[in-house]
Amino acid sequence: LSRIGDELYLEPTESGLSLRAVNSSRSAFASFLFAPFFFQRYEAGGPQADTELFRCKVLMKSFLGVFRSLPSLEKTVGKCLILLKPQASRLVVQLHCKYGVTKTHNLAFQECERLQAVFDTQHCASSLRAPARVLAEAVVHFPQTLAEVTLEAGPGGKISLRNYVEDEAERSKMMVTELCLAEDEFQTVAVAPGSCITFCLKEFRVSPCRGPPSQHQVTPQPLLNLLFVPQGLLAFAEASNLPLTIHYDVPGRPVIFTLDDAVLEVHLVLATLSDTESNLQPPTANGMSHLPAPSDDFADDLESYMIAMETSAYEEGSGVPPSPTFPLHTPRAAESDPEEEEEEEEEEDEGAVPGTPPHKKVWDGHRGAWGQGDGHSPLLTPHLSPQFRSLFFGSVLTPGGPGLAPTQEVLAEDSDGEY
Amino acid sequence: MRFRAKIVDLACLNHFSRVINTIAKLAKTCTLCLTDSKLYFILSDKVVNGGVSMWCELCQGNFFDEFQMEGVAAEHNEIYLELVPENLSRALKTAQSAKAVKIKLTNKHCPCVRVAVELPSLSSSSRIVTHDIPVGVIPRRLWNDFREPSVPDFDVSIYLPVLKTMKSVVERMKNLSNSIVIEANLSGEMNLKIETDLVSVTTHFKDLGNPPWALEDGCQSSAQGRDLESMAEARIDIKKLQQLLAGQQVNPTKALCNIVSKRIVHFILLHEDVSLQYFIPALA
Repeated sequence: LSRIGDELYLEPTESGLSLRAVNSSRSAFASFLFAPFFFQRYEAGGPQADTELFRCKVLMKSFLGVFRSLPSLEKTVGKCLILLKPQASRLVVQLHCKYGVTKTHNLAFQECERLQAVFDTQHCASSLRAPARVLAEAVVHFPQTLAEVTLEAGPGGKISLRNYVEDEAERSKMMVTELCLAEDEFQTVAVAPGSCITFCLKEFRVSPCRGPPSQHQVTPQPLLNLLFVPQGLLAFAEASNLPLTIHYDVPGRPVIFTLDDAVLEVHLVLATLSDTESNLQPPTANGMSHLPAPSDDFADDLESYMIAMETSAYEEGSGVPPSPTFPLHTPRAAESDPEEEEEEEEEEDEGAVPGTPPHKKVWDGHRGAWGQGDGHSPLLTPHLSPQFRSLFFGSVLTPGGPGLAPTQEVLAEDSDGEY
Repeated sequence: MRFRAKIVDLACLNHFSRVINTIAKLAKTCTLCLTDSKLYFILSDKVVNGGVSMWCELCQGNFFDEFQMEGVAAEHNEIYLELVPENLSRALKTAQSAKAVKIKLTNKHCPCVRVAVELPSLSSSSRIVTHDIPVGVIPRRLWNDFREPSVPDFDVSIYLPVLKTMKSVVERMKNLSNSIVIEANLSGEMNLKIETDLVSVTTHFKDLGNPPWALEDGCQSSAQGRDLESMAEARIDIKKLQQLLAGQQVNPTKALCNIVSKRIVHFILLHEDVSLQYFIPALA
């Protein structure tokens, strides 16, 4: 969870303790629900039976600081008590250790509204289930710093993953990796043929982050040790030996990864790329080449290409012809600029405004950064500006609070079944 | 212009990957020349490379189970491609347990080298990972830029000390200075020296041996008639030397360098089926 957001939302409910996080651009949301059974003792509410269940958020850093060193924790800590003291404005985490030592951490918290991304796995057109190991093995072929990956249900029951490349210019410069998995590697496959979505790999896998900080994810702080077994949902699933289910729909609607266990329910919701053109065309033709059948028969004759090159070269006279691999045009220069700092607005009452951030963040593939979504970037061709829509966050509004703005984009229907 | 190759043997694949990894550490972009018997990775000595140049030669038969190429024309049966070796290195990195790796030249949207790795899987069909690496096709007119460099008229030729030792010495020296002086003589002695305002450090190597170079009759070289004790030296960029040493993943069968006093140092690293030559010019 710390890989996603800066703040940890705690929400005790009758069905268990829910821990949640969201990233700053609202394009990734995760929640871990621990059933009461997971704990030795679980009391959701206070002494008065009808008080509203309290929810709060704490700084991720503070919370993780308590559980700093996992190996030594496992050796020394007998019991861990987590207690919410609203009157003292403190979340108390008490570690009962060996030799009668008790460590008590009092963490400051902030009251908050319920953090809930609106999504519904029932309404997703496609779903896939596979052992985490299969997906982990798939993902290893992609570079650590890769941002977006496209998942496609191709012909012949092949499920493929490939790195997303925005346009022609990038395609002639960047290496494109594609992995095809056969249908029978999955435990369940129920996909719309030809369906295809693009999402951000980082929150899913999470690398040690050697590259420049990415705008859509908080830079992980190197000192933190994760409370949960190492990074990312995928690593967690692998370690717990649980199958991972992927639910997705059309491009633009979020993709949901779920893990289920007797005592734990995990959801990771990621925004997907919505290409404006894809609304008009079948998904396979949204700017990407069609999935090549992995056979040897396609044309690979460069004869005509070479002839064309040599002719033009001779006409130009001396001088190196522009290398097709490494084009000389200048828009590329933007990539080497340090990514601009986005204004991080502290949202004081998060609950009051439905979750879309004040400045709608748009993924600017050219700069490889999040920027303002108003088309100012000269690098984006207007008719093809893909956007990661922010997830729509519903909020449980207190009576009398501001209503939902009618013009908000709903990415997934509200569902009463969701917790 | 066509190219198709296949590697099935894992040992060959590992070996090939190691060579590519070494090249990737030495050059960000380089030229790959394919002929029907050999592959060459070439870096020509442009200013943008800092004046270093590289020539790496592999016999295709030692690596590939299948290898077919067709050059631009019958009398020019060669293919010259510009590529980023790091991409190739990455593509091969996760292929270590592959059943087969196929490499071919394609031109779907733009010229690419397609690396298709067939991986074992629990299901009935194998997993296939394909990597499309964009390449630039170099026209025939420019092929002259990529000829094999000739061995310079050196003053001293000497075998290098154990690379691991040399590497750790140079790495530590790198923290102290930007340039390093390599000097050696025909008595098998070599010194690596750095000198700054605060400190100077010299590491001495002895009994290294000097390779015998067979000279054509009637050909005078600077090395002939040279005083055996006299040192030839060149000051070179320490980072380039460190890069060369750090990139070596396997100990070469033979490693030697030729020094042209105050001009250039020519390194030759020979393995069973790969030879690597690296030129580092002397700093002004």
